[in-house]
Formats: sequence, C-alpha cells, structure tokens
Amino acid sequence: MSGLQAQGLGFSYGPKTVLQDAGFHSLRPGHLTALIGPNAAGKSTLFRLIAGLSRPTSGGITLEGCDLANLTNRARLKRICFMPQFFAANAALSVFDVVMMAHKQLRGWRVSDADMQTVGQALSQAGIGHLAQAYVSDLSGGQSQMVSVAQALIRESDVYLFDEPTSALDLRHQLEVLTRIKQAMRARQAIGIVALHDLNLAARFADHLILLGQGRIVAEGPPETVLRSKAISEIYGVDVEITTGPREDLLVHAYAS
Amino acid sequence: MVEQTIFPGAEAAELVKAYKQRHLRRIGLVIGAAMVLSCLVVLDVITGPANLSFARTFQVILDPSIASPKEQVIIWKLRLPVALMAVTVGAMLGVAGAEMQTILNNPLADPFTLGLSSAASFGAALAIVLGWSVVPGVGGLFVTANAFALAMITSCLLFLFTRLRGVTPEAMILVGIAMLFTFNALLAFLQYGASELQLAQLIFWQLGSLARASWGKVGVCFAVLAVVLPYFMSRSWALTALRMGEEKAAALGVNVSLLRMSVLAGVSLLSAVAVSFVGAVAFVGLVGPHIARMIVGEDQRGFLPLSALCGALIMSGTSIASKAITPGIVYPIGMITSLIGIPFFILLILGQRKRHWQ
Repeated sequence: MSGLQAQGLGFSYGPKTVLQDAGFHSLRPGHLTALIGPNAAGKSTLFRLIAGLSRPTSGGITLEGCDLANLTNRARLKRICFMPQFFAANAALSVFDVVMMAHKQLRGWRVSDADMQTVGQALSQAGIGHLAQAYVSDLSGGQSQMVSVAQALIRESDVYLFDEPTSALDLRHQLEVLTRIKQAMRARQAIGIVALHDLNLAARFADHLILLGQGRIVAEGPPETVLRSKAISEIYGVDVEITTGPREDLLVHAYAS
Repeated sequence: MVEQTIFPGAEAAELVKAYKQRHLRRIGLVIGAAMVLSCLVVLDVITGPANLSFARTFQVILDPSIASPKEQVIIWKLRLPVALMAVTVGAMLGVAGAEMQTILNNPLADPFTLGLSSAASFGAALAIVLGWSVVPGVGGLFVTANAFALAMITSCLLFLFTRLRGVTPEAMILVGIAMLFTFNALLAFLQYGASELQLAQLIFWQLGSLARASWGKVGVCFAVLAVVLPYFMSRSWALTALRMGEEKAAALGVNVSLLRMSVLAGVSLLSAVAVSFVGAVAFVGLVGPHIARMIVGEDQRGFLPLSALCGALIMSGTSIASKAITPGIVYPIGMITSLIGIPFFILLILGQRKRHWQ
C-alpha cells in the first residue's frame, strides 16, 4: 500500500466536533494535493492530526502501509514536515538562524560547513538571500511566510503539509512559492498537501483536490472533477462557475447566491 | 526566480561568509564581556579601605601563595567571597531571567515573576519575626533556609497548578500573580505584628546585601550554576525554536510542555538560591537578558552566555558602587542595582531605535 491514507478520522475540542469520519484515498508521492474548504472546515485540524500534534478520537492514518500512530512523535515529525499557519514571531533571531534551526531539526546546534552551505543555497534559491541577516521580527508578513516555506522545504521528509503558505504573498510570490513547492514534491517524490483559500491557485497547481466541509471530506479527485461538482457551491455557499482560461487552465468564478 | 538562480552558489557563499562573521562576532563579544567581568572583580576587591593596587591584587588572586598575611585576610578572606558572590548571583539571575522570558514568551518576565521573591521574603519574615524554622537543624542559617524552602514550595505549587490546568504561559503567569499577592498579604500580616527591631531587620533583608557572602555560599552558587547552565545549554536548540512560536516548535519536534516544566524547575532553583542568599534583587534578572538580546539577539548560543555575563557585570558594578558611593558605608544592593543598570539600558534602547529608523 503506497502513499498517504486516512480513514474515519474524528476529532473534537471539548464538546465541539471539528472532524468526523474524515478520510481520503491514497495520496501518491510526487503529487501535490490542495486541501480546500471554507473557514473552520477543519483544514488545520486535519494537518495537526496527520503531523501527530493532536491525537484523533477515532480513525487512523497510514503512510506506505505503516500506521502513523505506532511511530514516536519524533520519528513521525521526521517523516512528516508540517508548516503551521501564519508565522509572525517577534523573536530577535536572524533568518539564517531560523532556517538553520529547521535544517538541524532535533540534532542540536553543532553546525558544520556543509550545513551552512545547504542553508545558504536554500535561502538563495528561495529568493530571500538578501534577508539572511535580518531579524524575523523585522520582516513583513509576506517575507516571514517565504521564510516559513524555506524552513519547511529545507527539511527532508516524506510528507509535506503547508497550511496556507501563500495567504500573505503578492501575485508573483504566490506563483513562485507554489511552483517551488510543486517542483520540490516532484523532485523528491514526496507527498505534498497545501491548504489553500484561492481556488484558482488550487486549480492551477494541484494534481488532486480534497474538499473539506463541516469536518467531513465532501469531494476528492482531480481538480476538474471536484471544481465542477455540485458540492463546491453548497459547501462554500456561493454560486461557482468554471470556465477555461486563455492558457487552457481552469478559472473559478464565484458569485454571491 | 530566474535572475536569482543564475549564481546561486555565489550568493550562498556570501551568506555563509556573513553567517560565519556573525558567529565570530558573537564569540568575541562573549570573550570580551568575560574579560571586562574579570577586571570588575579585581576592581571590586580593591574598592574599600586598604589601598591595594590593581596589578598586585590581580597577582595575588592568580597565585595565593605570594600573599602577605594582610593581603591574605583582606583579599582572600573578606573581599573575594563578596566579589565572587556578586558574580555568581548576577549570573544566576541573568540566566534565570533569560529563560523565564523565553518560556513565558513575555519580555516583562523576570526570575521573580511567578512570586518566588515574595515567597522568599515571607520565609525570611517567618524566621525573623516568629523565629520559626521551616527546615530543622540549619542553625544560624535559618533565615536563608526558610527563604529557600518557601521559594521552592511556591514553585512546586506552581507545578501542581499547571498540571491541573495545562502548561500555557497565561496559566503560569496568572497562578504566579496569585502567589505573589498571597505571600505579600501574609508578609504584611507578619510585618503588622512585628516589633520595630524585627521590622528593621526584615526590611534590611529585603533590600538585599552581599555582606552575608561566604566561601561556602559561593560554592553552592557555583554548584547550582554548574548543574543548571549546562542543562540549559543542552536545550538551547529547543529553547530557540520555542521563540518562533509554540506551534512551530512543536512541528519541529519540541515537546513544549516538558521543555517549559524542566526549564521552570531550573529557573526556580537558580532564583531561590539567589534570593535566599542576597535578598530580592529584581532588576538584574529583567534587564540583564534585555541587554544581551539587544547585543546578540535571541539565538540561545549567544543569548544564554551573554545574559549570564550581563547579570554578573551589573551585580559586580553594583557591588563596587555600593562601597564606593560613601567610603565606609556599604549600601544595600537592592537600592543600587537599578541606578547602575538603568543608564546603560536607556542608552542601548536609544541606540537601538536609531538603527531601526535609518
């Protein structure tokens, strides 16, 4: 059994049920999946469950046939890299240091020349080399988000979870960041899941869509199928029309119903 | 994207160079601060009546065998314990403050935020006013022992509460404030019933003094530092990660609750020992770490040693000033610490702001 799979996941914060019977079919390595759904649909909770930061009340998740619940937290976080939603730390830490920290994950602070090279290259490729010596507290929202993505991509994992990696970015950086994520997933043959609010970006970059609504997985499949399904209008509470753009891409139009 | 990937190697090499320079600068700063500190210790020893020279004192400290009987008494018996007490207590408070600010994610936290100093004062008051000893069989040290015991009991209570309520900074701070007010009220009770002599003794204890220093106490301070500091250093990666936010640290594999609890235990030990030996010297633990942060940032590899050194420098300066202001009188250190640290602190804040505006 290859890929990442979930079955019957349930989770609640106290009396409030956030996820119930949520499951998805095998997500394949090298592919990018977009997790879409309205606010409070349970996207971040689903990520936390996959990353092992919260325990599901029911159901289970398997990665390549191995039940993730059997792994220790540490082993699990080595295989699954989770980038939490927006990061606005007011810490006096330099960008180079925080990316180094992600790179050295749990292996302490002994930094070798090779580590420094790796971090330097990662920053340079992410287009944030000029920020390397800046404190994260001095960055703009978009800049810290790019640092967050760099922190996630420098880690070598089997699964990458990005919780809204583009919410604070301008148009050009949105495209750049998603392109970089997609390329990385393909090159590393890793499983990537991105939570997105922008359905056009989801349509453009994802190989696979998962639509989450009120704690359940409502639709799953190729972007074309999910976006054209009736569920999407119902879940978001808007009228959705799909057209084809000038470059054969899907365009999503939403109208208040 | 395209223009940035033409020479990725060249830019990466630049970045690595800048990073290495920063690292060297950080090491240089720590060594520099340590050297300034050793000069201050010698200055501390020669301050006061006896006309000792700097060079001679330095030699005697390095090589006790050359000391004359007079130097032996003044330097080794009387002054050096006080000077080293200032250094160790300052370092303990600096480290405790730095980690308290880190785990509570609050720049206004200090070693005594969670009510430890009020508890210690209450313990001292129990001894001074009622003559009670919480720890039996400590003899003349019962004021110190009481202060220490009460401070440790308070942090145990805090542990208990956080076990019930979850290890969040909010819960810890709120319970800490509750402790603070409880012990202040209890202390006021004792003060109300105390005689004038006892009251004077109590206030003198609270103002803090290095005069109670002895080689034994210096040894205890060194021992506590030798246990706690390496532990904090070994957790420095996780502590640095915590500064990026709880969620992020957890995603990197840090067990945030466990880290908070274990570091809180270390901080409690440091501050309980410090407060029971020299009284509640609050300012050092708040400002020492801030000065360190402004100089090297919050990467614990630089932040932790420099916080310790800044705390030690402030206390050492305080020790000198407390003797030098009026020759023949040694002022309580609690009164002096703020006067020593604040001008320097304000200068740093002003300098910092300018850099941000440019």
